[in-house]
Amino acid sequence: MMGSGEWEVGNPPHRQPPTPCSLLPAPCSLLPKTNMFSIDFRQIAIVAGKEFWDRIRNRWVLAVALVFTAFALVIAYFGAAQQGAVGFRSIEVTIASLVSLVIYLIPLIALILGFDAVVGERERGSLDLLLTLPITRRELILGKYTGLAAALTFSTIAGFGAVGLILSPQLNLTALFHYAGFMFSAILLGLAFLSLAVMLSVFASDRTRASGLAIGTWFFFVLVFDLLILGMLVVTAGDYGGAVFPYLLLLNPADVFRVLNVFTLDEVRTLYGLATVFPEALSNPTILGGVMLGWIVGPLAVAIWRFER
Amino acid sequence: MASTIVEARGVTKDFGTVQAVKGVDLSIAPGELYGLIGHNGAGKSTLFKMMLGLIPITSGEIRIDGEPVNGPRFRETRRKIGYLPENVVLYDNLTGIETLFFFADLKAVPRRDCAALLDKVGLSHAAGRRVREYSKGMRQRLGFAQALLGTPRLLFLDEPTTGLDPGAIRDFYRILRELKGEGVTMVLTSHILAEIQERVDRLAIMEGGLIRATGTVQTLREAMNLPLTLEIAGGAGLAEQVGRVLEGIAIESIEEAGSVLHIRLPREAKMPALARLATLGDTMRDLRVREPSLEDVFFGYRNG
Repeated sequence: MMGSGEWEVGNPPHRQPPTPCSLLPAPCSLLPKTNMFSIDFRQIAIVAGKEFWDRIRNRWVLAVALVFTAFALVIAYFGAAQQGAVGFRSIEVTIASLVSLVIYLIPLIALILGFDAVVGERERGSLDLLLTLPITRRELILGKYTGLAAALTFSTIAGFGAVGLILSPQLNLTALFHYAGFMFSAILLGLAFLSLAVMLSVFASDRTRASGLAIGTWFFFVLVFDLLILGMLVVTAGDYGGAVFPYLLLLNPADVFRVLNVFTLDEVRTLYGLATVFPEALSNPTILGGVMLGWIVGPLAVAIWRFER
Repeated sequence: MASTIVEARGVTKDFGTVQAVKGVDLSIAPGELYGLIGHNGAGKSTLFKMMLGLIPITSGEIRIDGEPVNGPRFRETRRKIGYLPENVVLYDNLTGIETLFFFADLKAVPRRDCAALLDKVGLSHAAGRRVREYSKGMRQRLGFAQALLGTPRLLFLDEPTTGLDPGAIRDFYRILRELKGEGVTMVLTSHILAEIQERVDRLAIMEGGLIRATGTVQTLREAMNLPLTLEIAGGAGLAEQVGRVLEGIAIESIEEAGSVLHIRLPREAKMPALARLATLGDTMRDLRVREPSLEDVFFGYRNG
C-alpha cells in the first residue's frame, strides 16, 4: 500500500511547523505532491481490468480486430490491382500499403477509444464516487490508460496477427521480422494517439468538446501537419531550414510511424526515392522508437498533471 | 478514537470571486446521525465535497477521525468512509454483483462480502441483472450497498432517498438505525425535511455559505421560540368556551377548521393554557399539541 508523507495539507494546525505548501496561497492546499512512491499498482490493475473487460464484453476488441484483418487482407491481395496484378507480391510493398492505411485508421480508432475516458465519467457523474475511494487521481488515469491500451493492443495484434498467419507460408524469416516490426510500430502509434486522447479527455469540459478536440487532433496530425511542412518547404524553396525539415516530422507521431516503416525497409526506401535526402538518425529504429515512447509518455504525463490540479 | 469523527474549522471555499462556503465550524461525534439541510446553493454540496476530499479547501481544515481526508494516511481514512452520491451513477454494462465486486476490489474488501450486502438492500434477486435494467430505486439501493462495502465507520449520504418508494424509504431508515446501533456515524442531506426531522440526532442548517444553527430539532425549535399549535376537537359552542377560558393568555391566532380549533400560542403560554383547557371537561373531545415542524424551523432561520 501507499507510503506516507507524500501529501501535504494546507492550513495545518498551529502545533505543526509550516510546510512549504502551507506557506503558499490557498489553491495549494490538499493537493497531492508529485511522488512516484504514492502509486499503488493494484489499484491501477483493478481500473485497467475493468476498462479492458468492458471492451471485450461489448465486442469493441473483436470489431476492431476484424476491421484490421479485413483491410490488411484486401491490401495484401488486391493492393497491386491498379497495376493489373492481383495476389500477394512482396512483404515490403504490402507493408508500404498497410502503412498508408494504418496511418489514417489507428489514430482515429485510438482517439475514439480514449476521448471519453475521463470526461465521460465526469459528465455521467460517476467520477466523484470513484474519487472518494482509496485511489489517487494518478492511479485512476494510469488504470484507464492501461486498460484501454491493452484493448487497442490486443485488437492490433489479433487483427494484423491473423493476416500474418495467413501470409506466413509465403514469407521468409526476414519478411516475418519486418511484418512483426510493422505490427509493433502500429501498436506504438495507437498508444501515442490514445495518450493524446486521454489528455484531451482530462482537459475537455464536456464530452461534445472532447469529441471535437479528438476529431481536430486527427485532422491536424494525419491530414494538415504534412501539408504545413510541405507548404513551408515550398514557400521557402528549401533555402531556410532544409536540414531541420526531416526532424520536424518527429513532432508528429503519425510521421514517426511512417518514417519507422518506410525508411527501415530498403526496397521501400528506394521505391519512395528518398533514400539520399534523409539524415541517418531518422533511419535508426531505436531513436524513432524512443521518440514514439516520448509521444506516449508526454501527453499522459500532462494529463496526470492536469487531473491532479 | 477521536471524540469527534468529523471536525471542520473555519472552512471556506472560493470559486473565483464567489465564496460558496464562508467559514464553517462543525463537529460530529462518533455514532451520530447528522442532518445537513439547506436550500439549493446554500453551500451544503460544496461542504460535502470538501469533507469527502473531492475539492480542495480554500482555507481552514477538515479532519476525518483526526486525519485530513487527503492527508498522508488518505487510503486508511477513505476506507473508513462510505459515500452515496445524489442520483448515484453506476456502470450500466455491469451486473449488480459485478458493480459491487469492482468497488470492493478498489476498497480492498473481500468479494465474498458482496452478496450479503446485496441481500441487505433487497437486491439479491437482481444480482445477475445488468444495471441498465435497474429502476431508479434499485440503482439507489445498489449505490447504498456500495457505500456500505468494508463496514465504513462514517457514511456520507447525499439525498439518499431520492427515487425510493415509501416502503424502500422505511427499509432504508431501518438499515440506518441498525448501523447506528453498530456505532456508524452518518451525515446526510435531504430536501424532505419531514422525512428526517424524527430520524436525525442533530442537524445543521446552512444558508448563504454559513451554518446558521446546529442542534437537535427540539433545541432548534426552542432557540427559534416558534409558536406551537393546540388542536382541539369538540362539540357545539367549543370556540366560545375556549375563548372564555383562555382569556388573558397571549394567543397569536385562533382558526376554526370544521369541528377543530387551531390555536397558535407562544411556547411559554403552553402550560397555563393546557391547565385552563383541562377545566372544559366534556366539551373538549380531543387535544393535540403540535410542535413547529423542521420546515417551520428551517424557514424561521432563513427568514429570521
